[in-house]
Amino acid sequence: MSDHEVPFRILPRVIDLNRHFWTGGEDGELRFLRCQDDGTYVHPPSPRCPNCLGKNVSPEDVSGRATVVTYSINHQQWMPGPEVPYVVAIVEIVEQEGVRLTTNIVNCDVHAVRIGMPVRVVFEEHADGDERVWIPLFEPMKTDGEQ
Amino acid sequence: MTEYAEKRAVISGAGQSDVGRRLHRDPLDLTLDACVAAIDDAGLTTADIDGIATYPGPMDTPPGFSGSGVVDVQDALRLNLNWYTGGLDLPGQLGSVIDACLAVACDLATHVLCFRSVYEGSAQGEGGRAAVMPGGGGRGSFRAGSFMQWVLPFAAPSAATWIAMFAQRHFHEFGTTEEQLAQIALNARRNAGLNPKAIYRDPMTMDDYLAARMISTPLRLYDCDVPCDGGTAVIVSRADTVADLRKPPIQVEAVGTAIHGRPSWDQFDDLTTMACRDAGAQLWTRTDLKPSDVQLAEMYDGFSFITMAWLEAMGFCGRGESGPFVEGGQRIALDGELPLNTNGGQLSAGRLHGYGFLHEACVQLWGEAGDRQVPGGPEVGVAAAGGGPLAGVLLLTQRR
Repeated sequence: MSDHEVPFRILPRVIDLNRHFWTGGEDGELRFLRCQDDGTYVHPPSPRCPNCLGKNVSPEDVSGRATVVTYSINHQQWMPGPEVPYVVAIVEIVEQEGVRLTTNIVNCDVHAVRIGMPVRVVFEEHADGDERVWIPLFEPMKTDGEQ
Repeated sequence: MTEYAEKRAVISGAGQSDVGRRLHRDPLDLTLDACVAAIDDAGLTTADIDGIATYPGPMDTPPGFSGSGVVDVQDALRLNLNWYTGGLDLPGQLGSVIDACLAVACDLATHVLCFRSVYEGSAQGEGGRAAVMPGGGGRGSFRAGSFMQWVLPFAAPSAATWIAMFAQRHFHEFGTTEEQLAQIALNARRNAGLNPKAIYRDPMTMDDYLAARMISTPLRLYDCDVPCDGGTAVIVSRADTVADLRKPPIQVEAVGTAIHGRPSWDQFDDLTTMACRDAGAQLWTRTDLKPSDVQLAEMYDGFSFITMAWLEAMGFCGRGESGPFVEGGQRIALDGELPLNTNGGQLSAGRLHGYGFLHEACVQLWGEAGDRQVPGGPEVGVAAAGGGPLAGVLLLTQRR
């Protein structure tokens, strides 16, 4: 996103429970709560593991790699924000089936997006008063030669 | 079979206010028009009404979403209540009517006034959809919390985009086509032409549909319902009050309220279907009737794809088969084997938000639908509402 102005976005309300998610981008890391007892990733964040009901959950980095589960090319300007058309997608992280994010697919033609496409996280930094948040967006994985 | 509680409930009357794109009337005025009409339709008076159920209860945002709450109506009509409820955390908009069925079934109330009113058309004003988007269009101090934090930062504030992604996944897995999806909108418009209260009544062709602007692929303009102003009400009565009623009531045969997946627009296990899958399956465990007994279906079309999901959820076709089922439109037409959204649905008759489907099912079963009346005296109908994690459905009968 470095070659043009960062678009306006409605920002999340950062609270203790979600801070790891919205600020992980400062270190270039996508983070989810993970149960330290049975390994379950917990998203959206919750104080308990939904699998074992334990409270031993804490943030962990994931690879940032994901797969496009579904998407839509959005043509309607709902509010100030990215220029239309833009792609809204649901991606699933490679670490755990069913852990999904609604996001935007960026750095590619909107018509190039496909279900099943491998993608990786990129972060868009936004100032919010005295604090900063990092919005996790996704771009297509480059082919091996380009990585 | 077990005698399920909802069988002790009937729908004894139905009423609706004027409906329009922008009426610029006080929302309580519209609400009361519907309520008074429904009470009168049942042959009752305000003294007989001892319960209220509504969705979603009082809300200031989004603008126009809630025309009145329980307190507004109770006080305006000076009702003495034995039971009432109003809220948002329900199995869809008709979850409030299902609550009313349970209330009369366990003698907490005898005649429950159920209502839903909206003024989203007027609330939009000249600002279009952007005027009623969460966050008030975005600028300023608003920060997204709860579920909205997972979509608003990605410029996806509208259920149009969320439902579009369900549709895209359905297209991908089952080969569903734009022309098949179009049949939901074309059928609605065809029926709206016979409904004098519908908002969009001009004929629409496949070319018109495909030429309309894209909103969020694969959903085009006419896949999205039309915000409007209006109120709808029904009276749910205990079945043993039939002697007090003006006309033979409609029997509540079975209801469905289940959601077995995660209650979320993006974490639900199967993104080709929705909570309707579970509500529909549950309903058929509570009756001896079968999907093939249903003679008309009034099923939520906030976006056209939601109706496709309901068709599969209710077993009118198999999983993934809604595209071929609606292909060509004959099967779902007024004279087809399963007349669908006979008043024009929310796509063409206006977004009365769930209650419009129940009202239309009742009117049809009473044989009062005028030019759009399903022929042959239908006796079994479905009214279903909700998309995504919201789903509630009633199976209704009118035995002659």
